Amino acid sequence: MAQRHDNGKQKSASVEDSEICPCQDGMHLDVDLSRRRMLMSTAAIAAVPAQLFASSAIAETKTAPPGAVLYDVPDDPTKVMGRALLEDGGYGTRSQFETAVRARADNPNDMTSWSYTPLADMKGNLTPSGLHYERHHGGIPAIDPAKHFLYVHGMVDEAKKFSIADILRLPSITRRYFIECSGNTYDEWAKPKGKNVQVTHGLLSTSEWTGVPFATFARHVGLKDDASWVLGEGADAAVMTRSIPLDKMLTDGLIAYGQNGEMIRPEQGYPLRLVVPGYEGNMMIKWLRRLQVSDRPFMTREETGRYTGLMPNGRARQFYYSMDAKSVITFPSGEMLLPKPGHYEIRGIAWSGRGRVQAVDISMDGGKNWIPARIDDTPEAMSSVRFSCPWFWDGKPAILQSRCIEDSGYVQPTRTELIRLRGDHFFYHYNAIQSWAVAADGSVSNVHV
Amino acid sequence: MSMFRAVAAAVAMLVAVPLIASASGDPAIDTIGTAVSPEELAKFFVIMPDGEGLPPGSGTAAAGLPLYAEKCAMCHGENLEGLEGTGAPPLAGGRGTLATKKPFKSVESYWPYASTLYDYIWRAMPFHEPGSLTPDEVYSITAYILSFAKIIDEATVLDAKSLSEVKMPNVDGFYVDNGPDRLIYRAQGGATSK
Repeated sequence: MAQRHDNGKQKSASVEDSEICPCQDGMHLDVDLSRRRMLMSTAAIAAVPAQLFASSAIAETKTAPPGAVLYDVPDDPTKVMGRALLEDGGYGTRSQFETAVRARADNPNDMTSWSYTPLADMKGNLTPSGLHYERHHGGIPAIDPAKHFLYVHGMVDEAKKFSIADILRLPSITRRYFIECSGNTYDEWAKPKGKNVQVTHGLLSTSEWTGVPFATFARHVGLKDDASWVLGEGADAAVMTRSIPLDKMLTDGLIAYGQNGEMIRPEQGYPLRLVVPGYEGNMMIKWLRRLQVSDRPFMTREETGRYTGLMPNGRARQFYYSMDAKSVITFPSGEMLLPKPGHYEIRGIAWSGRGRVQAVDISMDGGKNWIPARIDDTPEAMSSVRFSCPWFWDGKPAILQSRCIEDSGYVQPTRTELIRLRGDHFFYHYNAIQSWAVAADGSVSNVHV
Repeated sequence: MSMFRAVAAAVAMLVAVPLIASASGDPAIDTIGTAVSPEELAKFFVIMPDGEGLPPGSGTAAAGLPLYAEKCAMCHGENLEGLEGTGAPPLAGGRGTLATKKPFKSVESYWPYASTLYDYIWRAMPFHEPGSLTPDEVYSITAYILSFAKIIDEATVLDAKSLSEVKMPNVDGFYVDNGPDRLIYRAQGGATSK
């Protein structure tokens, strides 16, 4: 015992206790950094069963939530010294009491699948990078930025490649945009399938993106007269490709490297992601390695066999890019339980890919009557807002709805309206009003009205 | 001229000289990025519906059958039906179902261009060995799928020319429409109704 602590550190009484109770091992203030780091790495891959970390006594009883580190929790934090700075190695973690995580979709193959953002746990308009929803078609590649280039070629005066160092030297802009998979809420066309808001609407996340406008690259390579489309290609195993109209690229197409103030996370496209504000998430090519300028669309798999909307007459709408105005109440929402009648604050998220959110209305009676919600932050173009609305629940069954009104005047449709417009095999771009039924016992569930 | 200005002017000349020699002559925009040759760009591809981008080579359904059996069938199924539990979509079937209550989307029934099939197989398949197929192998597997779906004759030799001439059953099944749906603006009752 003494040998373990002969490094000159003063032992505290609690360390003595930890020697007696192995379950406390590793939780104390003077634990050495290498051990702390091991615990951090354990936390970072918490999906791995705790039994694999048999050498870590702490793991036998309790593991930290992903992204957190377990620390000793004193009865009175004013009576013991807190831990020293940088014991986290210089990159912070969240509280060990915070447990919200992305949820994986029930798919046969995790390499081509998706995970949902826990929308009901969001505490602001921006999605924490570690909780941003994912959609991968060939897994998450590990890319060394020193070996990664962005090629810009095709119908240009001079084809060029740009290193990450090149791109970081260019003038950048920073914008807050949401990204929504056009398959978000895809399971709600026919029946109320998703049990909670994470599954029904969790393919939506909002980040602050930093990068270089495509227009800047266009000036560097020079565009030919007939240029009208741009292919974006990713450096993942799916070598994902989408065609994007040049006018959109020149309006607000962004070659992003920053997400919420740091380099983009690997799951989100490190080191480069094409951000096409307001358009369907699939077009925002992650791990971007190539932009090919053309005079016509490339008709890739994702814009023909996928991400097209089948209409009732058997023909399909193609290049339906914009994510139409949409909203959802995140509190109260599916699988929650209101403990008793009384005052509640309805909360939710609204967004629009064509403009700004102008207003959000709330109904407590399944759409018969509507009242305006409060917009809790400043609406921005092709971004999301949070909204809230005070509600006194009298204990009787209620159906809560929200509808988003865009600054163009477009109003989020009901499900009945949407199906009248598109039939029920459109699959993508489901943006109908969501209904949550509050039962007399306070339980909340997904319903169609 | 002050000493400061003289030094500044000399520095400016030193900086300017190499920039003036750059391609477009605009020193402000030619210092970032590296010109790339067609040879360097040859490692990339994308196949257009008119066949642009298709590589030299050829293949047949007969050559594609064993390749399909070895590299594709474990997920897409012996009958190209897409095996449940693998996540692989169906490649054949469903012709004539798109306007029915149970539309069945497959390469055969839904995909408008054969070029897309070639592009995607070459790009991302087989799932566990992406990018491992040679152009001839891709032509052969493409030929096998199209032949199985009775889109081409089983004797067809698929190459850049013949593949670009393949007419998919649903080639006219798409129209461009980025919305918003016009009908929504006359939906019954407008914005204030249920």
